[in-house]
Amino acid sequence: MSPAQALAAAETSRDGGLEILRERGQREVFCGLTGIVWLHRKMQDAFFLVVGSRTCAHLLQSAAGVMIFAEPRFATAIIEERDLAGMADCHAELDRVVDRLLARRPEIRTLFLVGSCPSEVIKLDLSNAAQRLGSKHVRSEGREGVRILAYSGSGIETTFTEGEDACLTTLVPEMPAEAPGAPLSLVMVGTLPDIVEDQFLRLFAELGIAHVGVLPARRSGGLPPIGPNTRYILAQPFLGETARALEDRGAVRIDAPFPFGAEGTAAWLTAAAAAFRIDEMHVNRVIAPGRERAKRALERYAPTLKGKRISFMPDSQLEIPLARFLANELGMIPVEVGTPYLHRAHLAADLARLPEGTRISEGQDVERQLDRVRADRPDLTVCGLGLANPLEAEGLATKWSIELVFSPVHGFDQAGDLAELFARPLRRRDVLRI
Amino acid sequence: MQLAVWTYEGPPHVGAMRVATAMRGVHYLLHAPQGDTYADLLFTMIERRNVRPPVTYTTFQARDLGKDTASLFQNAARDAVERFKPQALLVGASCTAELIQDDPAGLANNMGLPCPVIPLELPSYQRKENWGAAETFYQIVRHLADTSVRPAPREGRRPRVNLLGPAALGFRHRDDVIEVRRILDLLGIDVHLVAPQDASPEDIRTIGAADFNIVLYPEIGDEAARWLDKTFAQPAIRTVPIGVGATRAFISEVAALAGVDPAPALNDGASRMPWWSRSVDSTYLTGKRVFVFGDATHAVAAARIAHEELGFTVCGIGCYNREFARDIRAAAKEYGLEPLITDDHLTVEEAIAAAAPELVLGTQMERHIAKRLGVPCAVISSPVHVQDFPARFSPQMGFEGANVIFDTWVHPLVMGLEEHLLTMFRDDFEFSDAAGPSHLHGSAPAHSKPEPVLAPAGDILIKEEAAPVAASDGSAGWTDDAERELRKIPFFVRGKAKRNTEKYANEMGLAAITLDTLYEAKAHYAR
Repeated sequence: MSPAQALAAAETSRDGGLEILRERGQREVFCGLTGIVWLHRKMQDAFFLVVGSRTCAHLLQSAAGVMIFAEPRFATAIIEERDLAGMADCHAELDRVVDRLLARRPEIRTLFLVGSCPSEVIKLDLSNAAQRLGSKHVRSEGREGVRILAYSGSGIETTFTEGEDACLTTLVPEMPAEAPGAPLSLVMVGTLPDIVEDQFLRLFAELGIAHVGVLPARRSGGLPPIGPNTRYILAQPFLGETARALEDRGAVRIDAPFPFGAEGTAAWLTAAAAAFRIDEMHVNRVIAPGRERAKRALERYAPTLKGKRISFMPDSQLEIPLARFLANELGMIPVEVGTPYLHRAHLAADLARLPEGTRISEGQDVERQLDRVRADRPDLTVCGLGLANPLEAEGLATKWSIELVFSPVHGFDQAGDLAELFARPLRRRDVLRI
Repeated sequence: MQLAVWTYEGPPHVGAMRVATAMRGVHYLLHAPQGDTYADLLFTMIERRNVRPPVTYTTFQARDLGKDTASLFQNAARDAVERFKPQALLVGASCTAELIQDDPAGLANNMGLPCPVIPLELPSYQRKENWGAAETFYQIVRHLADTSVRPAPREGRRPRVNLLGPAALGFRHRDDVIEVRRILDLLGIDVHLVAPQDASPEDIRTIGAADFNIVLYPEIGDEAARWLDKTFAQPAIRTVPIGVGATRAFISEVAALAGVDPAPALNDGASRMPWWSRSVDSTYLTGKRVFVFGDATHAVAAARIAHEELGFTVCGIGCYNREFARDIRAAAKEYGLEPLITDDHLTVEEAIAAAAPELVLGTQMERHIAKRLGVPCAVISSPVHVQDFPARFSPQMGFEGANVIFDTWVHPLVMGLEEHLLTMFRDDFEFSDAAGPSHLHGSAPAHSKPEPVLAPAGDILIKEEAAPVAASDGSAGWTDDAERELRKIPFFVRGKAKRNTEKYANEMGLAAITLDTLYEAKAHYAR
């Protein structure tokens, strides 16, 4: 099928100068449970208990790649035949599993009960279970207590990074209310590696933003207060529900492109500073050194990446901002940018900066999309682990998308590392003589 | 509900994928929610396959559940058959689709598809990966085998055999098949087909043309072999040729069944393992304590090799697949051990720590357990990791497999000569215990919590400023001079010395372990 035919086969629409292709078919993406792999590293006193099937447990250990054998802070309560046949009461069983778990891991302060496809289909009410268990493990004399929350990371409800969105959404009601008449404060939303988070916190401090909190917080007790005097800025583009919950509590979103590369990060910081009415000259002074460092780092990669054509298979919702970064700051040409879900409002600033004529696809029919990749023959295809080696075997260079979620890639000082992730597969093809 | 951190086996539909992916010309339509496609990466990443598994997933979402997941399934079936043009279509459900009861078999059968449809009923909440693979292979054979096909008259032709069991993501299946084919070639026996690996539905149709079957992996091939025996009166060889003794037995049985001379295969000059094991440097292997855990077939074979062919002492044996627990129980009885039948890796870890082995033969899970305990480990069985698909030829079966096993198991242990050098130089300032053994590069255990008690055998990270050593069971404490003396004992026997001394002190009812106790115990156990 030619790309034109493939395009005609799907529903397309023009959307503010952008061509959007919407597809439904087989989706080659992870489910929301996968987010546990990075969330449990971030929240160091939290435990994630998936209530699901053997498939869920198998997914988690496969997605974690190398098994992190330092007894991870996640596990699966595997539903068995006797639970389904009513021979065992699911809630009683869950209580038993949770009691055993908390006895074994007394340092746990937050327990997430994570819903899965099977638990959703059998309508196992985990919010109810969380309440019941929460009142049992409440703080008491001589015991610190465990906060028990529930969210769904199921594939029928969530796609990959939407699992983090669902998790953070459950944390929003737990955030303390800001004091009446509290000074303007900032909350940075989205899981970032500690090193990147610290860089941003230092920059906010230098900018002169006094009250800054982070969601998710590293420790259960560290949730920032929230209210009408809270401004929040998204560090990740996949947090639609979290944003809505924050706004329900009065917080106001700061609109900005996402902080990738020199320009993305500069615009993101500038937008935050503007919300706090910080003097522009001061802002420029604070961000100039980092921005210059990032630009210098990117210069090294421009010769490799400039003019190269790139396609994205839908994966993490990071695709649009990353395509923006690669096009604007490194001169790459996005051919097709696939995303599992397009949040127009949150991505407005990045969408506006994409080159005219970029084909954007939302949703997926993996076979048709692969047909388009084969017809387009981009220089680099960003895709999941299931597709990478098969495409390489067809002679197409690929970049594993999962690395973009697991690696520190945001901010000035990671701009070069981010470019390196795209340049390395191309450079490797040049160096190999085999 | 079962609490699981890591699992030995995936769900049964992953077993079905291993069969479908191994074959040619089949496609598997899996009614499954979005996210279950993760299983593709097992094949493309861990096994480094260069094509996607032949699987189409319906990837339904919540919004589909209210509407019509059945038509979603039928559309997917139509598209998959049109695009991939399979010779046979497997249809089934993953754990979630099983709950919504769409009846994939009925739906596909009503469509009048242009290829045979093989329905798979794999109960996800009862069964696991190996069972799923065995059941899938059995269903394929039962549906596709042409029962009118029989072996040609025996006169004027070589005997003909089917090799059953090799699948995708199997532990060394690729190389085992090459090695077994070589043996059969030496015997003058033709391979009619290998299945599921590389077999097409058309190949399976003619499965009855072979004189007999060889079941290489009972976990996957035995169910089909039993049906073939019943239907075609095809006998099956069930001796798995892992180890020198088992390979010899295998050759003799195959030769007898085929009516050929076993000598050309038995006298294979490439069998080096027996001499390697008899050579003097291997003397130090005598009585090394090994703990064996894996799938039942590989665990039983490994224990036999350890016991008979390397002179190790088997100090623990177990398997994670209950379906084959009987084999493990029989083997455990032979070694005077309690069999460990469990798929709970925490239980396995406890058992390994308690047995204090000097070598663990296990799966990737035990490799991690052993690493934490500071014990060397070699992998003998699935579940597998990318490391278990080496680029080089490294079978487990046949004489070459035994050669490979000798190298792989002995390598993590300190060499015999090296042991003497260690003793000689142990007080050299550049050669302190704290430097860690060279053969456990980078995997020296990092203890998360302070451990005043000496760690198990093989663990040489003794904290010099450790508190006075307490006996493991807390009965008799070590005096300072006895403890200092204990540290002078080379690390690879120190654990044993410590255990024996404490046991002795306990039996004698001593309150403290002195220098004398240490040597009295040594004399006691030397008898």
